[in-house]
Amino acid sequence: MSFWEYANPVKFLKLSGNLLPYCSTLAAIMILTGLGWGFFFTPDDYKQGATVKILYVHVPSAFVAINAWFMMLIASIVWLVRRHHVSALAAKAAAPIGIAMTVVGLVTGALWGQPMWGTWWEWDPKLTSFLILFLFYLGYIALWAAVEDPDTAADLTSVLCIVGSVFAALSRYATVFWNQGLHQDASLSIDKEEHVADVFYYPLIVVMAGFVLLFITLVLLNTRSEIMMRRASAIMARGKI
Amino acid sequence: MITLILRDLRIAVRAGGGFGLSLAFFFIIVIFFPFSIGPNLDLLSKVAPGTLWMGALLACLLSLERIFALDFEDGTLDLLATSPIPLEGVVIAKAFVHWLTTGLPLILLTPFLGVLLGLQTSGIIFLITSLIFGTPALSIIGTFGAALTVGIKRGGLLLSILVLPLYIPTLIFGAEAARRGSEGFEMQTSILLLLGVTLLSWAILPFAAASVLRINLR
Amino acid sequence: MAISIKSLSVSRGSIKLLQGLDIELKSGHAGILRGPNGVGKTTLLRTLAGLQPVDSGKIEVPLEDICYFGHTDGVKPTLTVRENLEFWANIFGSPSIEEVAKKFMIIDLLNIRAGTLSAGQKRRVGLARLGLTGCPVWLLDEPTVSLDETSVKIFGNIIKDHLSENGCALVATHIDLGLENSAQIIDLSQYRPNSGELSSSDEGFL
Repeated sequence: MSFWEYANPVKFLKLSGNLLPYCSTLAAIMILTGLGWGFFFTPDDYKQGATVKILYVHVPSAFVAINAWFMMLIASIVWLVRRHHVSALAAKAAAPIGIAMTVVGLVTGALWGQPMWGTWWEWDPKLTSFLILFLFYLGYIALWAAVEDPDTAADLTSVLCIVGSVFAALSRYATVFWNQGLHQDASLSIDKEEHVADVFYYPLIVVMAGFVLLFITLVLLNTRSEIMMRRASAIMARGKI
Repeated sequence: MITLILRDLRIAVRAGGGFGLSLAFFFIIVIFFPFSIGPNLDLLSKVAPGTLWMGALLACLLSLERIFALDFEDGTLDLLATSPIPLEGVVIAKAFVHWLTTGLPLILLTPFLGVLLGLQTSGIIFLITSLIFGTPALSIIGTFGAALTVGIKRGGLLLSILVLPLYIPTLIFGAEAARRGSEGFEMQTSILLLLGVTLLSWAILPFAAASVLRINLR
Repeated sequence: MAISIKSLSVSRGSIKLLQGLDIELKSGHAGILRGPNGVGKTTLLRTLAGLQPVDSGKIEVPLEDICYFGHTDGVKPTLTVRENLEFWANIFGSPSIEEVAKKFMIIDLLNIRAGTLSAGQKRRVGLARLGLTGCPVWLLDEPTVSLDETSVKIFGNIIKDHLSENGCALVATHIDLGLENSAQIIDLSQYRPNSGELSSSDEGFL
């Protein structure tokens, strides 16, 4: 039994069908537990008050947003090297979830920034790179939508994903460099994860794990529907001959 | 490859080649900036490096679609793909011609526009330096984008959406270098980083562009 | 052996067009592809030229020996005929375009801008590229479209000359080129797969 066996669309449908109920239930439990714990059973921060609790949504969604792109990158490389359709479709399936998480990260960031920094938006390197990540997701999704032939679309988007990763990484460093020149005080971009005290930390871990499971659930669901669409069009093509 | 460069240059300067269009566009864009933000020369000279960089980037973007579209429509691209020139070479030649017909004229026009926006001589020199190092990256990245969208009908808007995010590092480092230069700060770091981005783009993108061209031709 | 194809399958999109195709063509011989529209002539020629991936099977022709000529001429309207030909001559490293121009009857057109040519003249300019490449294997996809009768005859003779110089040609055409006696006629409709065959890429989804 090799791992690659599940790259067969039919086998993947079966396996993912079995996994889905567990994944989704576990995700729901962990997110609810973590959020409940975080919102109601942790003290308010002495400086930030209750607003600090937005971090229970902000940090996990940002975490998933970035790692969804990494997952797409790996899936794209697997498609280009091994030509497994499930891999290409999983990359396609992850993109809308990634962009949604990016938006959630940006919006919660703005909501948090307003009481904290007194402004909804600050061109801080971290926020800026999330905005840039949003643009990269947008391009990737637009290319998928524009190409008719599914295999061609998979090839083109995979190359774009790889090239995009290089330039997204460059942009990340560029934003750090760029903002340093303007503002001396880097205090606005507190690295949230490093400064979080233990009381806040444990519920956060639970919510993060819940978000990762949620991501997996959604990707499985989306990939399944993509596979079924391809299957339907294959059956239709067969009928036409 | 030199043959291809010469042929494309010849086509570009003949009637209907589109040479000069992006130059005119650049000119108009930059002139419109004072109209939109007011005639205050102090303010203008502050935003001049960024304005000129933005103008160069947009003018560059405008001419990208032409890089492969004509050769794709009349079948030349098929013939080039089956010819002894490697497709990577075709990409490099195309990107180089794009730079010669867009990037280089833009750089030559910059001093005059710099004066219009109230830039000092030193500022203009720094701006030109940053454009010399940066515009080649705009051309090769754009060529990659053009290769990605060559098979798509009316792919112009899509091309912009795909290419603009890839332009971010070049724009940030390039405009930063020009701005620091004109404000009298040291600009060596940003110029070196800009050069790094340009070299990296020219090192990897010909291969990526050739591979997507092959995908689009089948 | 100039062209050797063994149990080749090709597909367009998700539909498999040809299956189990075997062609053996010795140098000095021509093959003529026949079959109704949509049978896969263009797809086959593009696959042989290396523009499309092979579904399954084997093609044994060195890619550098192949000169492909498709539906489009690849003639640049803003360049003169001479500039068009010189471009391809330089790329393929062949010295003189005059001889080839004479052969393809476009010697009088050399200094005219290609945009002002008629469709048939333009096609002759496009075909002249074949003479410039020096490649032994010609893959021609409907080369005679928009050519008049005399041009068709002349082009048939050019192919014959090419064959007598140990060349080899695979032509998709519905028109009598005067090669039929010596050429191998390949009817592609007999290689049609049974209905319901999908490309290998789509099979996995069923």
